[in-house]
Amino acid sequence: MSARVINLIVNGRKVSCAVEPRKLLVNFIRQDLGLTGTHWGCDTGNCGACTVLLNGKSVKSCNVLAVQADGGEIITIEGLSKNGELHPIQQAFWNNHGLQCGFCTPGFIMQAYWLLKQNPNPTKEEVREMLAGNICRCTGYQNIIKAVLDAAEKMR
Amino acid sequence: MLVLESFEYFAPSSVRQALEVAAKYRGRARFLAGGQSLLPMMKLGLASPSALIDLNRVKGLGYIKDGGGWIRIGAMTRHAEIASSKLLAERVPLMVEAAKQIGDPQVRNLGTIGGSLAHADPAGDWGSVLIALKGLVQVTARRGSKLLEIDKFFVNSFTPRLKAGELVTEVRIPKPPKRSGGAYVKLERRAGDFAIAAVAVQLTLDNSDRVRSVGIGLTSLGPTNLRALKAEKILVGQVPTDEVVEEAAKAAAAEAKPVTDPLRGSQDYKRAMAAVLTRRAIKLAVTRARGGE
Repeated sequence: MSARVINLIVNGRKVSCAVEPRKLLVNFIRQDLGLTGTHWGCDTGNCGACTVLLNGKSVKSCNVLAVQADGGEIITIEGLSKNGELHPIQQAFWNNHGLQCGFCTPGFIMQAYWLLKQNPNPTKEEVREMLAGNICRCTGYQNIIKAVLDAAEKMR
Repeated sequence: MLVLESFEYFAPSSVRQALEVAAKYRGRARFLAGGQSLLPMMKLGLASPSALIDLNRVKGLGYIKDGGGWIRIGAMTRHAEIASSKLLAERVPLMVEAAKQIGDPQVRNLGTIGGSLAHADPAGDWGSVLIALKGLVQVTARRGSKLLEIDKFFVNSFTPRLKAGELVTEVRIPKPPKRSGGAYVKLERRAGDFAIAAVAVQLTLDNSDRVRSVGIGLTSLGPTNLRALKAEKILVGQVPTDEVVEEAAKAAAAEAKPVTDPLRGSQDYKRAMAAVLTRRAIKLAVTRARGGE
């Protein structure tokens, strides 16, 4: 039950931390690293607010142990903007009113980031399918889908 | 905030090491595969192992390969890898169709076929698909490996035929012959939810358009994934006309054993859906076996 040291790369920076094995990745990111942009929503793998990239794949960080990320690489919402400029996906969410309260937004943006890395030219249907693991209670999703398609166009 | 109880954590690099740790804990350890069911269960207090044996660093458990008459899939192969496999899309498209319907994209990125089977959730998708395909599950213990027919693998809800210290290491699918087709038809309350009910069908037609062989697996329609044996018997040797398909669909509904649950509907509703989904899945599988979509 003792803590073990994990070494990983978070948003391009090397991080070394002692964590208990039972610590979830989402709590490690928020509490130990202070990166509170990753939101912690349902806690049961349903809502997608805690989505981050782990070794290049989008995962729900409430369903992964921090120790599992040892030796790996994580990208969180804080890792997207460069030199104070919003990432094109962030900008597209702004421009298309893809959020209201904003709680789900980091998860949606990280999932969209992963989607566009895999498929830079998705159809509307593919965007819908690939965002099925993220829940939004405000927007009704239409503007989120618009934002992702807009970002895809700008990033191509 | 749901906090996990403490546990010892092991991240072995080989199956042998993993099994040695498991032997030491005699049933008080759990193997951690994709973690998409086990970690939520631990949060909810439904599982509280003394130790977790993380299989994610074990080498050689993630693969999809052509093994002669069989397709062999390593237990740690992720649902997303199955969904995008060219080999499976070509040889066993039912696997691809089912993989795409599991959970949601993030869950599919981590969840594994072996973990899902060992979890033995009656709402799990792979059990029904393997029933339809007449697949085998390889179980490995320290003394060696054995192959179990999928029909012998599920004992009860969340209870696979695995003793302490036994690990699912591979899934084998017999390669379907020509004029085969499959379908996985699933009914959900919303995207990504567990199935209200789902039906997997895999069948082969002979040259006179009669059903040469068929497998039908039922999801969320009993204490485990079930084989609709009577429905299969009705189909074999027959040309799958509307009447024959309807008879088989009714038989599948009759042999289903659904239970009322407050979220996903009454026993009667699920039984009615079993007939609808079986009919649709058989018809789709027949169309595909004939070479159409």
